[in-house]
Amino acid sequence: MSAVAARLSDGRLHLQHGPIDLIIEAFGATDEVERAYGQAVDRFGDILSTLVRELPTLRRPVSEAYPLLQGPVARRMAEAVWPHRSVYITPMAAVAGAVADEMMQALVKDRRLDKAYVNDGGDIAIHLTPGHELRAGIFAAALDGVARFTHDRPVRGIATSGRGGRSFSLGIADSATVLAATAAAADAAATLIANAVNIDHPSIERRPARELDPDSDLWDLPVTVAVGPLPNDAIAEALDRGATEARRLRLCGLIEGTALSLCGQWRIETGGTALAQVKTG
Amino acid sequence: MSDDIALSEAERGAGIVRCDACPVLCRIRPGRAGACDRYANEDGKLVRVDPLVLLAKPNLARVAFVEGSAAWRGELGKGEGAFVTGIGATTTYPDYKPAPFIVSSKHDGVDMVTVVTEGIFSYCGVKVKIDTDRYLGPEQAAVRVKGEAVGHVTTAEYGSQMLSLGGVHHLTGGSKKEGVVTCEALLALCNREAVELSIDGGSAVIVQSEKPPIVNGALEERMRVGCGSAAIGMFAPQWKDHVDEVIVVDDHITGVLSEHQGGRFLDIKPAGIRVRGRRSTPGRYFQVAEPGLGWGGTNVSDPLEIIDKIDPKQAWPGLKLLMVSTTGEHSAWFELDHDLRPQPAAMPAAVRDVVERIAENCEPALCTVLFMAGAGGSLRAGVTENPVRLTRSVRDTLTKVTLGGVPAYVWPGGGITLMVDVARMPEKSFGYVPTPALVAPIEFTLRADDYAALGGYASRAVSLDDVLRAHKVRVDEGET
Repeated sequence: MSAVAARLSDGRLHLQHGPIDLIIEAFGATDEVERAYGQAVDRFGDILSTLVRELPTLRRPVSEAYPLLQGPVARRMAEAVWPHRSVYITPMAAVAGAVADEMMQALVKDRRLDKAYVNDGGDIAIHLTPGHELRAGIFAAALDGVARFTHDRPVRGIATSGRGGRSFSLGIADSATVLAATAAAADAAATLIANAVNIDHPSIERRPARELDPDSDLWDLPVTVAVGPLPNDAIAEALDRGATEARRLRLCGLIEGTALSLCGQWRIETGGTALAQVKTG
Repeated sequence: MSDDIALSEAERGAGIVRCDACPVLCRIRPGRAGACDRYANEDGKLVRVDPLVLLAKPNLARVAFVEGSAAWRGELGKGEGAFVTGIGATTTYPDYKPAPFIVSSKHDGVDMVTVVTEGIFSYCGVKVKIDTDRYLGPEQAAVRVKGEAVGHVTTAEYGSQMLSLGGVHHLTGGSKKEGVVTCEALLALCNREAVELSIDGGSAVIVQSEKPPIVNGALEERMRVGCGSAAIGMFAPQWKDHVDEVIVVDDHITGVLSEHQGGRFLDIKPAGIRVRGRRSTPGRYFQVAEPGLGWGGTNVSDPLEIIDKIDPKQAWPGLKLLMVSTTGEHSAWFELDHDLRPQPAAMPAAVRDVVERIAENCEPALCTVLFMAGAGGSLRAGVTENPVRLTRSVRDTLTKVTLGGVPAYVWPGGGITLMVDVARMPEKSFGYVPTPALVAPIEFTLRADDYAALGGYASRAVSLDDVLRAHKVRVDEGET
């Protein structure tokens, strides 16, 4: 099955190929928007086929050696996960964000747009110009929070990891939403922060990843398959661990802020710098 | 890529399949989906998982998308004016949390909300209408599948027989086997499959939605044109110049032309042929024979059996008699001999034409299956925190109830008890749970402000596009 493109009834562009599913919206003069969409459609055709050529390398954990990769999306993935190489991580942790970033670059090249977003299944690349803003809803159990993005702040990527997504998580977070300079950086960090939201408890069921998916880049690492009822102190403890990891990554300069949720409880980790405004409730 | 496309012996042994739907070439374990969630391994077979069904609105243009080559910049079209049905939506039963999909949309500039879920119905069954005049069995007789009582015969209606199958007493009130068999039969009937029913003291009938019934192995092709009396009224003028007497054999009312108002009006003289049974009004007779599978739904195979006597004061040698059933399926032509005994003879072409016209005017016989169920408090709680307000809103027709996109008839009175023709619903709309109970899609559509007013989970509303983006859908063309 090859890539498909469609315009949704409200004008947004929908691109889909295999597991890649993008919703794209650009704002500005009509002819500029249409040309931007045309560029995105043209760019999309070989994204997946180029990516899968290097899939074996992309599924290997990064460690001492910087992975040698050729495809533009693959290189974005490697760049995003490289800072995290002290823990187990493969470039696949940033695949959705990297696709969003690559598509955003194609969308805006030589175009005059007010603002735009490329949403790759919740991992979103954003483009802003002065005087314009974008808002993203954070949806865990309900519409639980809103993040507002403006040109004068450095956030250009937002990503959410956690249970219920398409990827496996080592942790138990319902959601870990990360704001960063690129979607790929946010994607990689969200994966690690969601993994850190964790605790040992009998009501948590885990299984080796490859028992579920023989191609998983997580091999025999225990991934969470079910979370039963948890006492409040366990929920708080797990969220605290996630927030600690989020803070560490923010202090390293890798991300701008994080919102975590588990069983209806939330943690916001932005260090009070208010690089992006996040509010929940 | 270095991965070999072929699966290893061990992988095949573990039931893993290779998906070749896109270049990722996922290997998928049994019961799991690939990276895209669009394809899955079902019992060792690669299947497309299409959990949600969209009804495409027929008045909106849809353009099929183009695959492959340079022309792939096609239109998918699925985002345009689709209605999300509950089929495959899953359920949140018991509904202590909101329904799985609460979809917001705009119709004619008004904000609307559709609450989409699958209901688990323990109180449910089907009403079956079988177009036949053949005798299926006495009223109240048990209807059985595999020997288990799954329902009963109710009233005879015009040209048809009604059965009531399922209901909570058969599903959960009897033995476990009775419940399981009832659930299986209901599921099959609702999904428009054929089910063989046997009726105590009556017939075996194969019933399938939108298909002719098969009664004791005989395919029922036509409904009767009317009762015997109605048939006389309809065709008397066409017979007038070719016959001396017509007897239309029918299990309900057998008509006799010369005695009937229709014959008298045409000055047809009395023929003196008296039929059995109980006279209702002139030319109209009840119970000329027992019900059965013969002529006109009686047990008669030789029509002369219903003639009681022939009055020599009125009849005459050479009298021309047509006997015909109410479907035109059976017919015979007689002439009285010198001793006033009916003798079979060749039917004149003009009479044959009218017999064929009876058949032509009979509508095709079909089985119709109406699903009937009650939306209980639990299901309603998935729609609103205040379930009784949903009931009131449905009563006040502020809320439209559909099953698989098909408007349901909602019974007056308390609760939300509804009926819908399964033939209009998308394929495979129904499922079951081992309770046993049926699982059916149900959608409540109302204005967004009304929804908020009745305590709905308005903050859960997502746009249709978001549903399309996040879920894999099957587009059903729906009715045009």
